[in-house]
Amino acid sequence: MRLIEVKNCYKVYQNGVTAIADLNVTIDKGEFVFIIGASGSGKSTLIKMLYREEKPTNGSVIVGGINVAKLRNSKVYKLRRKLGIVFQDFKLLPKLTVYENVAFALESIGLNGREIRNKVLKALESVGLKEKIRSFPNQLSGGEQQRACIARAIVNDPKLLICDEPTGNLDPDISKEIVNILKKINEEAGTTIIMATHDREIVNEMQKRVLQIENGVLVRDEQKGSYKVHESTPNV
Amino acid sequence: MKALRMFNRSLRDSIKSVVRNLSLSTAAITCSSITLIILAVAMILSYNVKNITSNLEKELTIVTYIKESGTEEQITQLKEKLNEMPNIEKYEYKSKEEWKLEIKNFSDTYSSALDYLENNPLLNSITVTVKDVKDLKITSEEIKKFDFIESVDYGEGMAEKLISAFDIIEKITIVIVGALVVVTAFLIGNTIKLTIFSRKNEIEIMRLVGATNIRVRLPFIFEGIILGIIGSIIPMIVSIYGYVMIYDHFHGYIFSQIITLVKPFNFILYIAGILVVLGAVIGMIGSSRAVRKYLKI
Ligand SMILES: Nc1ncnc2c1ncn2[C@@H]1O[C@H](COP(=O)(O)OP(=O)(O)OP(=O)(O)O)[C@@H](O)[C@H]1O
Ligand SMILES: [Mg+2]
Repeated sequence: MRLIEVKNCYKVYQNGVTAIADLNVTIDKGEFVFIIGASGSGKSTLIKMLYREEKPTNGSVIVGGINVAKLRNSKVYKLRRKLGIVFQDFKLLPKLTVYENVAFALESIGLNGREIRNKVLKALESVGLKEKIRSFPNQLSGGEQQRACIARAIVNDPKLLICDEPTGNLDPDISKEIVNILKKINEEAGTTIIMATHDREIVNEMQKRVLQIENGVLVRDEQKGSYKVHESTPNV
Repeated sequence: MKALRMFNRSLRDSIKSVVRNLSLSTAAITCSSITLIILAVAMILSYNVKNITSNLEKELTIVTYIKESGTEEQITQLKEKLNEMPNIEKYEYKSKEEWKLEIKNFSDTYSSALDYLENNPLLNSITVTVKDVKDLKITSEEIKKFDFIESVDYGEGMAEKLISAFDIIEKITIVIVGALVVVTAFLIGNTIKLTIFSRKNEIEIMRLVGATNIRVRLPFIFEGIILGIIGSIIPMIVSIYGYVMIYDHFHGYIFSQIITLVKPFNFILYIAGILVVLGAVIGMIGSSRAVRKYLKI
């Protein structure tokens, strides 16, 4: 079943930069997709359009049946509740514990205390962070912080998990650990995962679908792909 | 259920925020306290002035004395004229015999003096009450035009001057209070703006995980309302105790029976109620403005 459909999509920023040009792609439920490409190629822009941080300038982006381009500001929350987002810089709240950080997401969307407790503990368990629930973010390693961030993203059982360079700040070993957690979530919960990355080892090892973007154009869409540098662009 | 939970959480967030930004909150609360105290004084004054003015107005009449030679027809003519004039509230005809009777009842000395005279030296009169005291003079000039009028007698300016002075004072107070309300709303708005900035990360995450716009905004709106309400506590206490004390001190009236103070209860409780509501409204206006400006969603 189709989860994402991007059609003739263009994104031109206010300053005139064309970040995405005539991009077409569809992603099914349950897929694990890497988005690769040189720095500034438009990976983050594509991802931001998926969760309506940016609107396409032209064309359509449909996520879980919602047309992002036509989604009104006041309705964005409906889209956001269907997906989870993980960032390179974690975005954890420093004054809250790990538990509170994850619970914060559910409180924000109005769940009651019991539901929150159950879901938070389950999410923290699935990322292997149950012993650290009372720690504050600055008491955690980078990998642990990213796991807390993943727990927050999956706590409401989203259909789609979007990750923008989740391992960008982490050591290779820790990066593998993080990607294994994502793989587990993908396999066990059937969550669709889209991950932008520069990490060639991970891409080569995982043998998943690869979308390669260069200068805003989709230049490669390959099942079980590997990390190859596009001929027309210099090495990354 | 869900709405109630949102309400509770927003309220909790906003109380936390007031406490966390204590120095800023204090500044906003102080400002709204000052504004509301001045507002309370202005409201108490103007209500009392209104009360006094309307007492005065009731006392202000035009007494028109008709010449000895005035005929029945002429009196009817005057009455018809009074019926037509727009500023006339009511009028009352009093014949010289009635005057005589009234004076007799009033004092024995006058009574015997009047008895001593062969003819009644008094005049027939019409006492006119006007609608708008400000036009008292114009109206009396108008009446004076009839040649069968002996004289026209009215407050001769004193009361009018007092009333128009009160009028000006009231207008000035409205302007000052208006300005203070704007300043307070602005200050509360500024406080909210700073809380919004200090909680930028929280707001960002709330939006990313799918909080509704209302859920994001409500804590800040509540915060403004709470600041305004806390700011109204001292003004309420000051105006209730202050007014009761002043009232007791003057035993309810100043100078004369006409210039009376409004009874403290329930008047001052209404004023206190108005202060809380105004505090809340000013806080809400200030915070809504800040939210709209700095929390573009
Ligand atoms: N908000 C913005 N306003 C204007 N231009 C932008 C904005 N965000 C990105 N761009 C431009 O759009 C292009 C694509 O940027 P994008 O962030 O999508 O690249 P990326 O592939 O994610 O790069 P990286 O690998 O470095 O994260 C770049 O040229 C960038 O300068
Ligand atoms: Mg990027």
